[in-house]
Amino acid sequence: MTSLDILAAAVLNGLMSGAVYALIAVGLTLVYGVLHIINFAHGAILSAAMFAAYLAFQAGVDPYVAMVPLALIFFGLGYGLQRLVIGPASHGDDRNILLITLGLSIVIENLLLAVFNSDTRTVDVAYGFSTLDLGFTFLALPRAAAFGVSCLVAVLLWILLAQTDTGKAIRAVAKEKLGASLAGIDVAHIYAVTFGLGAACLAIAACLLLPTYYVHPRVGNAYVLVAFTIVVLGGMGSIPGAIAGGLFVGVVESLSGLMFGESLGQLGIFVIFILVLLIRPTGLFGAKA
Amino acid sequence: MSVARAYGAIAIAALLLALLPVMVQSNTVINALVTAMIIALAAQGWNLLAGYGGQFSFGHAAFFGAGAYGNAILQTRYGINAYAAMLTATAIGAAVGAVIGYLSFRSGLRGSYFALITLAFAEVFRIIANATPFTGGAAGTLIKLQVSAANFQFASRAIYFWIILAIVTAVMFLMRGIERSRFGAYLVAVRENEDAAAALGVDTLDVKLKAIMLSAAMTALAGAFYVQYFLFVDSSIAFGTWISVEALLGPIIGGLGTVFGPLLGALALHFLGELAKAVAGRVLGIDLALFGILLVLIIAFARDGLQGLLTRLARLWRARRPA
Repeated sequence: MTSLDILAAAVLNGLMSGAVYALIAVGLTLVYGVLHIINFAHGAILSAAMFAAYLAFQAGVDPYVAMVPLALIFFGLGYGLQRLVIGPASHGDDRNILLITLGLSIVIENLLLAVFNSDTRTVDVAYGFSTLDLGFTFLALPRAAAFGVSCLVAVLLWILLAQTDTGKAIRAVAKEKLGASLAGIDVAHIYAVTFGLGAACLAIAACLLLPTYYVHPRVGNAYVLVAFTIVVLGGMGSIPGAIAGGLFVGVVESLSGLMFGESLGQLGIFVIFILVLLIRPTGLFGAKA
Repeated sequence: MSVARAYGAIAIAALLLALLPVMVQSNTVINALVTAMIIALAAQGWNLLAGYGGQFSFGHAAFFGAGAYGNAILQTRYGINAYAAMLTATAIGAAVGAVIGYLSFRSGLRGSYFALITLAFAEVFRIIANATPFTGGAAGTLIKLQVSAANFQFASRAIYFWIILAIVTAVMFLMRGIERSRFGAYLVAVRENEDAAAALGVDTLDVKLKAIMLSAAMTALAGAFYVQYFLFVDSSIAFGTWISVEALLGPIIGGLGTVFGPLLGALALHFLGELAKAVAGRVLGIDLALFGILLVLIIAFARDGLQGLLTRLARLWRARRPA
């Protein structure tokens, strides 16, 4: 294997994990774009979704089969959370929303901890170690599947936002909520739908991660900090930005892991994050903050 | 509340707390009290920046850890006396606050953005501290046990409690002074409407920088004291999210932007945490889950926290008494 092959393999692997990052970040950026809040419970909801997928697997349901039902369930959960808890409890104040989502993340994470302990769990799927031979490198099948499904979800989400009435309502609320409500759009309902969509993205991401990753009550945190980075990088609220940012961060992580080792590879992401926040907080794709 | 009454209330609260170790001699209780006071100190720091200044940090662990590691490393690597090390560690904390504050406030980061960047800084420090040999890496740093007043190491836990109580009390006097000062008024103006404050001639960058430095110093002192008490520090203690979260839970539950809030909140949280452990047994995370629920409830129903609840209760009680 030449060093060029290793580099190509690292980039490819980065793109694979980047796609899942992008999916997680799309949920986050969607909520930010419409509600104008950072959902600090995003990571905890991801952890919860991974446990849901894990339990489904224990009950004999393959993660890829559980994907659609779990996405629907988490859509409902997200909808309820925004409509019944975050909305009413925050009295419409941004700082309150920030703290409420933080509170929710603490509650979810620690309830998971109380129920499942801090054991690290993994699942054994038959295809866990299957690979695709690409000639110059081998690609793990679950990672390739994660890439494909993430892209599919992004396309579906784009169709939803661009083509359907609900999508138009979401975009209208994102642009001008007062105007939208004057035009007869139920803003509280649209907020909740958006939050539900974010949670559904997480459920799908959880099912994609489960075959190759471990489950732990705090597992979501690792991903959500990366997702924050991506969202800021791609411009808060910009979905194409989140997708490009996700792929970019995946590749950076993979390459810096290759060059500096695993633990410092993570550092690269945070350094990018801080630099982007300081130098260009509106993101590289320029959505106005 | 008049000035004399406010200072009197702080003094009385401190005296009552100081009596606790005399009445209860259980090491477990005193241990919990010391930890609660350390949190109260860190929370005072957070409250200055967020409660008064409106800048919500989600990464006060960055300052707590700077103080903790500063103290431990100065003593173990450079053989510096514990008192000097703690003071220097506090100054290091303030310097870290100045750097983070300058970078973020200069770039105009507010609200969620500021919360995010503080979180990221704490996380960067945690990863670095966990990976470099200078901080002891993943194994952490241990301060040698040499019980002697000259080393700031005492055989009795009660002494630690009285010292940290004295520090918290001093900080509360200071906060009361800040509340009534020009700086305090500027800070509240920045919280209420930064643009308006700037338009009226308040140098908002300067005010916010002073606030974050002072805030970081208080939280760093809490970190330095933590290490001095437990004689051990590692990256997840020093820069872990637990301290960022507890530093903000205290003031919010106790009463945001009030002198007593952080103390009330820290004590209430620890009482609640111990209670939860007593009732539910050693179920992991159950205390924190309760804290989270409390946080949501307080924001939903009692924005002014326990302090506000108590004030309202007192008013009700007074109103019911025939004049």
